[in-house]
Amino acid sequence: MIAGPVYAFVFAMWLLILVGGGLIVTIVGPLSFVGSYGLDPTLNSGIKVGIALLLVVAWIFILSKVKNWVFQKQLKS
Amino acid sequence: MENQIVAAVLVSIVAFFTVFTITPFLIKFLEKRNLVVKDYNRKGGAMIARPGGISIIIGVIASELVLYAFFPSIHILAIVITSSLAFCVGIVDDRRVMGGWFKPVALVFCAIPILLLGAYDPGLAFPLFGSVNIPVLYIGLVIFMIPITGNTINSIDVLNGIASGFTSIASFALSAALFVMQNYEIAIASLALGFASLAFYKYHKFPSRIFPGDSGALVFGATYGAIAIVGSVEVIAAVALLPAIINSFLFLSSVKKIVEHRQIKNPTFLLDDYKLGATPDKDAPITIVRLIVAGKPLTEKEIGFVIFRLAIFSGAFAVITAFLMGVRI
Repeated sequence: MIAGPVYAFVFAMWLLILVGGGLIVTIVGPLSFVGSYGLDPTLNSGIKVGIALLLVVAWIFILSKVKNWVFQKQLKS
Repeated sequence: MENQIVAAVLVSIVAFFTVFTITPFLIKFLEKRNLVVKDYNRKGGAMIARPGGISIIIGVIASELVLYAFFPSIHILAIVITSSLAFCVGIVDDRRVMGGWFKPVALVFCAIPILLLGAYDPGLAFPLFGSVNIPVLYIGLVIFMIPITGNTINSIDVLNGIASGFTSIASFALSAALFVMQNYEIAIASLALGFASLAFYKYHKFPSRIFPGDSGALVFGATYGAIAIVGSVEVIAAVALLPAIINSFLFLSSVKKIVEHRQIKNPTFLLDDYKLGATPDKDAPITIVRLIVAGKPLTEKEIGFVIFRLAIFSGAFAVITAFLMGVRI
């Protein structure tokens, strides 16, 4: 039975959720190009959505790397 | 407060005993009409009644309406409508085998009542760091959340008792988290789902007398998703659901497309001693069950308990996350 790595993976995902949430709230959320670049507020929101989606893609990429690392023995068998 | 305690007790009793009482009659009804499927992992391949979603939806609706009588809010109404629509989607899939696209697309429409009733707060709350207000993006989140939770629970409905037992643990964890956050009304709504799934587990656990079918699994998932949205606990709900999310993630990252579960190769195989082992087939998808039995074959009951321990583990993280919601760094 290999439940141990699954527990590790659950913990890794939880940490990634905390870190990802932190990045969204502290960095992406307050970003504003409206004042300094005179950007339309809707476009400003669009850019932030784009950054958030990039973060999601990065999150999935990191998660698949963590998956390969945690389950490397089982995935080979 | 007294009103909330009475509501919590009454709603829990109605949810549990409605499903507990109706399910045996439903089993007889389904067996009489030959609405049964083979349980391939059982000695002799017993024929099991399906779908059990009928008793689950009755239990969920009855208990949520009792809650609505105590607290008449659009949030409870949104949960009831979303659950009912998800049941309709599931029952169509139970009666006619639809393509892999059907459930995700149809479940998108189940989320619409939440938007139309305005039963959501467009802020996404994260632990430790606060929340972000995303009015437009949140609509997309609502639309995607119901198909995701619905299909996530559906994807773990692979062995006796897993879907109902897992939903029960995740719902109680979500309920505890909502009580921590003092969102009592929605905490009681989650309690109702927990007790309805617990009562169904009594008949679904190994050896199963009834399977929930797509209708039952989608009611579990969609109700859970709706509670997460109307209670503004999306992140906490995702944490409690992590083992099931991992299962979907492993599956999708190995299969690389959305397919109906009937179309895929079995990731496990049955041994002579009725234990399940991991298939050596490289093309079969990677799932949480396949990983659990990778080292050593286990019985269906043993696999269930491993998954339930994982659910309790992630449920504990969900409650910790709820406490962290009140902490700022």
